[in-house]
Amino acid sequence: MKDALGNVQGILLLGGGSDIGQAIVREILRGRRPARVVLAARGTGSCGAFVSELTGMGHHVEVVGFDANTPASHEAVLDMAAAGGDLDVVVSAWGVLGAPQDTLDADPIAAAAVATANYVGVVSAGLETARVLRAQGHGTLVHLSSVAAERARRANFVYGSSKAGSDAFMQGLADSLVGSGVRVLVVRPGFVRSKMTAGMKGQPFSTTPEAVAAATVKALAGNAHTVWVPGILRMVFLVFRHLPRAVWRRMPV
Amino acid sequence: MSRRLLTGWGRTAPTVADVWEAASTEDIRTATVTAGRRGVLARGLGRSYGDAAQNGGGVVLEVGERSVHLDRSTGIVAAGAGVSLDELIRVLLPQGFFVPVTPGTRQVTVGGAIAADIHGKNHHADGSWANHVVDLDLVLSNGDVVTVGPDSDAPLFWATVGGMGLTGVITSCRFRAILVQSGRMSVDTWRTANLDDTMALMVERDRDYRYTVAWIDATGSGSRLGRGVVTMANHAAVDAAGADKSLQFNDTPRVGVPPVVPGGVLNALTIRAFNELWFRKAPRQRSGELQGISEFFHPLDMVRDWNRLYGRGGMLQYQFVVPDGAEDTLRRATEQLVSGGASSFLTVLKRFGPGNAGYLSFPFAGWTLTLDVPTGVDGLSTLLDDLDDRLVEVGGRVYLAKDSRLAATHLSRMYPRLDDWRAVCDRVDPAGVFQSDLSRRLGLRSFTHHSTPLEAR
Ligand SMILES: Cc1cc2nc3c(=O)[nH]c(=O)nc-3n(C[C@H](O)[C@H](O)[C@H](O)COP(=O)(O)OP(=O)(O)OC[C@H]3O[C@@H](n4cnc5c(N)ncnc54)[C@H](O)[C@@H]3O)c2cc1C
Ligand SMILES: NC(=O)c1ccc[n+]([C@@H]2O[C@H](COP(=O)([O-])OP(=O)(O)OC[C@H]3O[C@@H](n4cnc5c(N)ncnc54)[C@H](OP(=O)(O)O)[C@@H]3O)[C@@H](O)[C@H]2O)c1
Repeated sequence: MKDALGNVQGILLLGGGSDIGQAIVREILRGRRPARVVLAARGTGSCGAFVSELTGMGHHVEVVGFDANTPASHEAVLDMAAAGGDLDVVVSAWGVLGAPQDTLDADPIAAAAVATANYVGVVSAGLETARVLRAQGHGTLVHLSSVAAERARRANFVYGSSKAGSDAFMQGLADSLVGSGVRVLVVRPGFVRSKMTAGMKGQPFSTTPEAVAAATVKALAGNAHTVWVPGILRMVFLVFRHLPRAVWRRMPV
Repeated sequence: MSRRLLTGWGRTAPTVADVWEAASTEDIRTATVTAGRRGVLARGLGRSYGDAAQNGGGVVLEVGERSVHLDRSTGIVAAGAGVSLDELIRVLLPQGFFVPVTPGTRQVTVGGAIAADIHGKNHHADGSWANHVVDLDLVLSNGDVVTVGPDSDAPLFWATVGGMGLTGVITSCRFRAILVQSGRMSVDTWRTANLDDTMALMVERDRDYRYTVAWIDATGSGSRLGRGVVTMANHAAVDAAGADKSLQFNDTPRVGVPPVVPGGVLNALTIRAFNELWFRKAPRQRSGELQGISEFFHPLDMVRDWNRLYGRGGMLQYQFVVPDGAEDTLRRATEQLVSGGASSFLTVLKRFGPGNAGYLSFPFAGWTLTLDVPTGVDGLSTLLDDLDDRLVEVGGRVYLAKDSRLAATHLSRMYPRLDDWRAVCDRVDPAGVFQSDLSRRLGLRSFTHHSTPLEAR
């Protein structure tokens, strides 16, 4: 149970190896009492160090297998995560960027895999999460969307459209949960320096997993349903959204 | 049945539950035996500050039993668990009787009074609510209805008083009312210079008064730490009250607070100003002042929904007790709270008399300090956790009816008879039908953190 002063007792990170997801969990727990943390990940490889880090800080950590691409397994994942107690916060942070767009242009199978992980998996895991939180009458689902969801770009429209689908799904899910005690917070970061973007050239308003985490935890304390990181991108995309297609297509970003 | 978002009086950590108005004992039995995984909990008027009367995802029962019957020859009252103390006082006072214990608000139910084993300004003289109970009716997890009291299934009785609704649903209670001659209180007041002064006065004069309490100026520090206003009172005799006014209930019109007070009106600045003002307004010493029931016992009831003044973030109440002899801990705690910026609009010090046999009853002989704090105060969580560490060193505890933030790890040290209480619960509710957000948060029933046996059903 979350308490009156924001101490949480149970957190689930879907995509246990995600740099941004881990930063969010770290920020929620910073200076807080020991909690139960469930890391759901494809393999233990990417979250082993995080397990040791959390355990070292006195938290109780459980690891469960989770593959976004197999929706039929998601019911069991959520049940296992909830078996140990209420989940106050569920962070959905997995995702793939996919190969460069010009490669995907010629590889529909690989492109569909990106869509499956980033969108199809979000649908099934999102609904399973909603089921579990609804049953306990409280809890917050934090979803890592992206500014790319706001308008698909020529330079990565497979990724962008998959994020757009998941973002739209989460908005609808949030509306379906009104009155259930469950809240959905959609986080839309710009370019974040993480494993996902390793070796890539940074973009204007580049940010870090820690900055995304700080903004997310701040938003969790209030009532917002969407948070942009950095905040200025909300204004930038307000403009981008309304640019004529011909102009948008040629934008260098 | 309706799905509703519920909080306690502090308006923090809301959860949604299916709320049933249980008009009869039969309704309660039905709800209990058909409970799902998230179980069932009774709720009174939601005046506990934290999550004691919440059951997220489960069923919450509002007990409809509202009858009141006074036997004038014995002074024994039979009351439905859903009756409020406000309603009781309106029935009893004109007949020359009064409730044996009243908290700082009349808006609590008999069920809530038992489940929290509430105390009032007369604890040093009269003990807590359970001390006045003859017996009570309880619906158990299997639907059985039992009557328990200090002389019949005493363990279940003492597990139910102070048991925060987790042994069953109370449907009615018989208790002893006290005799009064008037509806007026004869009140003596002193202004004190510091904490030693305040405590010395209470130790010295307690025995002459049925009701005693000290309001502490939460902004006083240094040599002024713990300065305040001590009030002590007895029920006034008819002659003092004036024959025409005796036994009247002086209800005061209630003013409301608008439903939305976004930023909150009570912040560090206004709280500071209020404390200063309240202290200065008090007489240095005054005796024999006549006050009405509301004025003396329930001044806050004059402002409906005053908890909204704290704005969206809500507030919490921190109430602890330390045993006699731990005055140093009390002093250091007061210092820490003042210097930690836990500014409180209402800080109250009271000397308790001996406790009773309730396994989880809060009061025991010593000092209890209570303060209301907005949740937005920086570092509040750590400050209170540190205070809890000190409390357990001297055998102190916090009051579960007020709690919204205690660390589960402190529970068994604060309530050393927890395991005995659990054993009674295991006997009457082996599957864990009765659950609350409080019980889950603190792991009150030992299995709370694993899957409950109910899940197997
Ligand atoms: C302004 C103010 C001043 C207060 N002053 C004092 C004080 O001086 N002394 C003091 O002791 N307390 C005080 N309190 C706290 C209050 O007395 C207790 O929290 C009391 O339990 C509230 O009663 P309620 O009917 O609102 O119960 P709720 O808050 O609705 O419920 C409290 C608990 O009682 C249980 N419960 C309620 N009805 C039943 C039932 N029929 N069967 C089984 N369990 C039941 C609930 O499950 C829950 O665990 C104060 C509260 C306020 C808001
Ligand atoms: N980085 C950015 O610039 C940026 C910007 C905006 C939004 N986002 C979004 O933020 C989220 C987190 O990104 P990040 O930067 O933290 O990336 P990251 O460090 O690469 O983490 C992504 C994680 O997703 C996991 N994953 C990928 N496919 C999976 C699948 N099918 N099933 C289960 N897990 C899978 C990966 O697991 P493995 O370790 O097993 O590979 C990896 O641990 C993503 O949704 C991303 O789209 C990122």
